[in-house]
Amino acid sequence: MTVAPPRRRKSARRQRLEGAITYPIDWLEERSGLIGGLRYFLFRKVPGDTNWFHTLGSATLTAFLVQALTGVILAMYYQPDPNTAYQSINHITNDLTLGWLVRGMHKWGASVFIILLFFHMARVFLFGAYKYPRELNWIVGVMLLVFGMLEGFTGYLLPWDQTAYWATVVGINLNGTAPILGPFLADFLRGGAEIGPDTLSRFYSLHMLLIPGAIFALIGLHLYLVVRLGVSSPPWSGQAAGSDYVEVTPTTNGRSGLTQPSARSGWRRNGGES
Amino acid sequence: MTEPQHEERPHPPGPSLYPIAFAAGVACILVGLIVNPTLIAPIGAAIAVVFGFLWARDATMEYRRVPEPIEPERREVPVKAEAPAIPAHRGRAAMPEPEPGERFPRSKFLEASTLGLGAVIGGLVTVPAIGFMVVPAYVKQGYPSVDLGPLENFTEGKWFVTSFFQHPDAGEVSRRTAYIRNNGSLDGKPSFTIISNRCAHLGCPVQPNGPVQDDQKKVVKGEHGQRVTMIPAIPAGGFGCPCHGGQYDPEGNRTAGPPVRGLDRYDYEIKNGRLWLLKPYSVTTVVGQGKDARIHKYKLTGPGEHVDGWEQILYPLQPPH
Repeated sequence: MTVAPPRRRKSARRQRLEGAITYPIDWLEERSGLIGGLRYFLFRKVPGDTNWFHTLGSATLTAFLVQALTGVILAMYYQPDPNTAYQSINHITNDLTLGWLVRGMHKWGASVFIILLFFHMARVFLFGAYKYPRELNWIVGVMLLVFGMLEGFTGYLLPWDQTAYWATVVGINLNGTAPILGPFLADFLRGGAEIGPDTLSRFYSLHMLLIPGAIFALIGLHLYLVVRLGVSSPPWSGQAAGSDYVEVTPTTNGRSGLTQPSARSGWRRNGGES
Repeated sequence: MTEPQHEERPHPPGPSLYPIAFAAGVACILVGLIVNPTLIAPIGAAIAVVFGFLWARDATMEYRRVPEPIEPERREVPVKAEAPAIPAHRGRAAMPEPEPGERFPRSKFLEASTLGLGAVIGGLVTVPAIGFMVVPAYVKQGYPSVDLGPLENFTEGKWFVTSFFQHPDAGEVSRRTAYIRNNGSLDGKPSFTIISNRCAHLGCPVQPNGPVQDDQKKVVKGEHGQRVTMIPAIPAGGFGCPCHGGQYDPEGNRTAGPPVRGLDRYDYEIKNGRLWLLKPYSVTTVVGQGKDARIHKYKLTGPGEHVDGWEQILYPLQPPH
């Protein structure tokens, strides 16, 4: 192993250049702390034996962001009116430059999002990563799954072709067969006793605004919990889950669960080894 | 020697009532514009103008006043070395030190009133908005009567696939289809069988199991520009649903597949020799055929919902239709 050569002093020109480049970043950091916050969020310690399966969550997030972006752009051309919706979809697909691509991304990306969501869920389940203290994050994840499915249900109507229309008729009536409140739920979804113009604009609003808003909020909570609780090791790991928590001095927030592992978790045993 | 009180020192201005009167004037204008634009709105405008002027005059008094000459300080300035200021940490505290975490009635009151006011404002905004989202789905729902044209169009004993607009203003999206057969006359009155094409499973459109004579399609003009399309059909095998395979006999009784009851039917009436379609209703089974049919009739219920048997306890309430 060779000793690294002593670092040469940077030339004044280089220093000035670097200063000019970092100036806006420093300016922002000094006034907001955002750069530090971003570093804190992105550059985190993870267990050494994480593997590719741990990337499924970010892949799902990426798929959702693609849906959000392409959806916003599609909304610039789509018309949620029973008499023009189908024509506007045709227009997007056949007439507008790259419309076929963005619509295709949104259409196929929807399936990619749901599939990745299930893969991510399977990873968490099979790795036991839903266990204490991450149960709440599992619950938030299940809510994200439900909202993702609602996106699928509401988005399916928007092309306003025969498949979309009758699939939604069946889907709404299926909800209508739920005991007691089912008929009311069906009327709420339809915006009335029968499918009409309000149904399409209602589904459009839910698909565009309400459900994505809820998903964004839940993703925020999901990521907050990931940052707070850290990434779990795979089940075959020799490394202690949360061992870095064991070694730090107790914090003042009074949460003994993270700083002093309880007897019921395996941390004490593993933590003692590391 | 105590220091003399500065009686002549200018006091901070007392709270003014002019802004409130101004606001009342503006409110009066807004109410007046709705209630009586010729009388109440001008009165409100006058109030707003007068009190707005008074308010502006009051608020700018400070700046418009001629500055008074400040008399020089005549007291002797104490020599600093003889009377040093008492440091902040010496002497008696003006107020006992609060216990850690101790809270005072005023801070509690301010906190509660801030939260309470916020909740009230939030509720005032949210409740009507949520109401607007939810309530229109349940009120003013209905099935307006539809004029299906003269009785002569419905040849006795023949089925017609009849499509019409339930809400002509809403356009194509409100197109509904019924299978209609003229049963001849019963007790001197015309009798019709009018079966809805909404499958009793999950609401797909049932199709006639038999030839549909599209080449004999006829378009009838009803009232208010209503367009009714009539296509003769021979549903000898009854009706079948393309979605999940529900099967019905020509009277709409379920014969096979997942539906939980028979096909819905429409009430009808004859006015001035024309057939008018009234509200639909749900049906479990029909005994007999044509004009002699005995229909087990129920209130209109969504597809897939049981109206009889023990399962009916699952659907005790229906939204108003």
